[in-house]
Amino acid sequence: MDLQIFWFCLIGLLWAGYFLLEGFDFGVGMLLPFLPRDEGERGVMFETIGPVWDGNEVWLVVAGAATFAAFPAWYATMFSGFYLALLLVLFFLIIRVVSFEWREKSESPVWREIWMWANTVGSFGAALIWGIGLSSLLYGVPINSDGDFTGNLLDLFRPYTVAAGVAVVLLFAFHGATFLTRRTTGDLCERAAAAARRLAIPAAAVATLALVWTVVVAVDRNDKDLFPPLLPAALGIAALAFAVYFIFARRSGAAFTMTALGTVLFVATLFTSLYPRVMVSSTDFANSLTIDSASSSHYALAVMTVVALVITPLVLLYQGWTYYVFRHRLGGDEHAADPVELVARKTGA
Amino acid sequence: MVVASTAVDLARVQFAMTSLYHFLFVPLTLGLAPLVAVMQTLWYRSGDEAWLRLTRFFGTLLLINFAIGVATGLVQEFQFGMNWSIYSEYVGDVFGAPLAIEGLAAFFLEATFLGLWIFGWNRLSRGVHLATIWLVALGTWLSALFIMVANSWMQRPVGSTVTDGRAELTSVWELLTNRFAIWAIAHVILVGLTTAAMVIFGVSCWHLLRRRNMDLFRRAAKLSLIVAVPVSAVNLALGSHLGVVVTEYQPMKIAATEALWDTEQPASFSIFQIGGFSVDDQTPSFDIEIPRLLSFLATGSFSGEVQGMNRLQSEYEQRYGRGENYIPPVRTTYWSMRIMAYVGTLIFLVAALGAFLYWRGRLDRTRWFLWLGVFSIALPWVSALAGWVLTEVGRQPWIVFGLLKTADANSPSVTPWTIGLSIGVLATLYLALAVVDFVLMRRYATVDPPEPVGEGGEEALPAAGY
Repeated sequence: MDLQIFWFCLIGLLWAGYFLLEGFDFGVGMLLPFLPRDEGERGVMFETIGPVWDGNEVWLVVAGAATFAAFPAWYATMFSGFYLALLLVLFFLIIRVVSFEWREKSESPVWREIWMWANTVGSFGAALIWGIGLSSLLYGVPINSDGDFTGNLLDLFRPYTVAAGVAVVLLFAFHGATFLTRRTTGDLCERAAAAARRLAIPAAAVATLALVWTVVVAVDRNDKDLFPPLLPAALGIAALAFAVYFIFARRSGAAFTMTALGTVLFVATLFTSLYPRVMVSSTDFANSLTIDSASSSHYALAVMTVVALVITPLVLLYQGWTYYVFRHRLGGDEHAADPVELVARKTGA
Repeated sequence: MVVASTAVDLARVQFAMTSLYHFLFVPLTLGLAPLVAVMQTLWYRSGDEAWLRLTRFFGTLLLINFAIGVATGLVQEFQFGMNWSIYSEYVGDVFGAPLAIEGLAAFFLEATFLGLWIFGWNRLSRGVHLATIWLVALGTWLSALFIMVANSWMQRPVGSTVTDGRAELTSVWELLTNRFAIWAIAHVILVGLTTAAMVIFGVSCWHLLRRRNMDLFRRAAKLSLIVAVPVSAVNLALGSHLGVVVTEYQPMKIAATEALWDTEQPASFSIFQIGGFSVDDQTPSFDIEIPRLLSFLATGSFSGEVQGMNRLQSEYEQRYGRGENYIPPVRTTYWSMRIMAYVGTLIFLVAALGAFLYWRGRLDRTRWFLWLGVFSIALPWVSALAGWVLTEVGRQPWIVFGLLKTADANSPSVTPWTIGLSIGVLATLYLALAVVDFVLMRRYATVDPPEPVGEGGEEALPAAGY
């Protein structure tokens, strides 16, 4: 197989992994102000993703680094072109990252409130911008014949890309809610299921709209045939329909599987629609970056392919094991006591 | 033209700001992860609860520090493309590979196993749980390794060739075994260990001053001194050898660092000087020198020849093109090298004196020294940041030595206003994070270590959790 195709697929896979895993982290973050009744339940919600969010975020870091290494021209044009959008993403991700570690380091209610909101705002913001940014690759942005971006921030905001952004936000919120139904117990679990039922139809509807629109844009603006983009889009729509059905049928495990599938297929639809281009130019279609024009040399790709083939299975293995270790549900009495309080009491601090 | 040069300058300001800030957290993680692992191993092997308490106490500091290191690391990855798109496109084939491998091999490892370590106290067997912190430490070291490979290629581009106006990887083996990289990796890891050891020592001194948990912090102090004394000494020698390597590949950097305008043999080392830092003012109005020392530091021999900037400038003009200034900022490199080396020596002296006092059993009672230990926490950062300034400023005007100039590498599509906004946002955010981080670190460094309760301290274990 052509190494460019392999790396295009691998980067798609990394984004899919990021959406699948960080998707529910973001969803949990978005639901933080709404689901819990007290600080204890908030703590439980944080703990459902506590052990895994950092590893999940690495999928993004690797997607970025892989783009840099395999398609330098894509990385250069995308990151310099989407400058302000990425600055916003960095802001959202940073306040969210530190919120995990810092929230519990003080008992002050105001302090905890601040970091909870940091997590929520960060989750909303990052999800929205990733949706807008990735769909903009397909919709097209102004790129001149040197491959340089010539537009501004507003070029990223089109009806289609905003729809895709909103779809990603709703999808993640839904995904997070079905995730919580699998990881919590009792009252909190009930409320997570109720939230999932409320989110199911809007999320599925807007995501369906975005998926259909993606296929239309692919045909219209990226010179694609209906097939293959239609295939992942149709499967994605079906998965989300099943997710709606299962959540109302109170089968939360099946619903979570379907939101996971829907999230992955959303990314798959975008990347299938994009191929063989990586950034469409709205200035002149001929200026679009392709996997051939943007790629690294054969030798560099070959070296990294060997490394990726050796390491990726190991990563999947130990990340999978982590989910196995933390598979049990959380909630109830064991979390009634606040950890920091407990320590403070023990030490008299 | 004026606008373009402003954009480069602003991009450089942002890179300097975010990289130095990021490196406030990196060395502590590099050193503290393995040292916490050592503490936990001591507990695992002896069952002595003191080591468990110390593991959790310093583990909490590691986690507070790690979070902000991860957050600021994201900016590092993004800003190559954001501010330096020409650079990114030019080097991606070579420079991108170690970055991607770092993500796959190192970041996944440290992030995943840190989660397991934090939340795994009661869910994993003791042996497996101990393995998780060692894997975190391995991940941080691998990360340093690949980053230094990438940076060393910018200092000494090997294993690559320039085709169609961009660099292409030709030998991954040469890239990984770059002589520059091997010494730089060792140097940075020893910097990490020194930093963590001095932090553990300083925190221990503070608790000894308070005369609380004396037994616990005497042990921590002992462990930190066992690390700090040899490591800081070896690092002085290693850093000096790195100077020889630099002389071989980047003679201009050494000449600028020594404010050496004319070639000398043997060359004397300037300890301190006033003036002599610019082309128009090549002779210092006051200086203190040690004869022959520079020859030794730069070449390994007391009679070696060290080339001066004037000769190198004309050589570089012949090789790389006329009418350009190939001399990096002399005053900055001169002083950053001296701050790095002098403070590095000071670290060794503090650690050595601490070890002497500990050996004579007088550490607890020597209050002035305990205070010195507390304030010495700042020293490793001063030294390490000065070292980075030297490394990066000394390479100028090149971004990739001999291949691409910094002034030609920034993003053409990004205006100075945009970068200015970015600097404003990041500076504000970083300042706020720095304040919070400092308050949290101080607070958790000065509380009593949590008492273990029950077998393995199960109840109090969330101290190491979120």
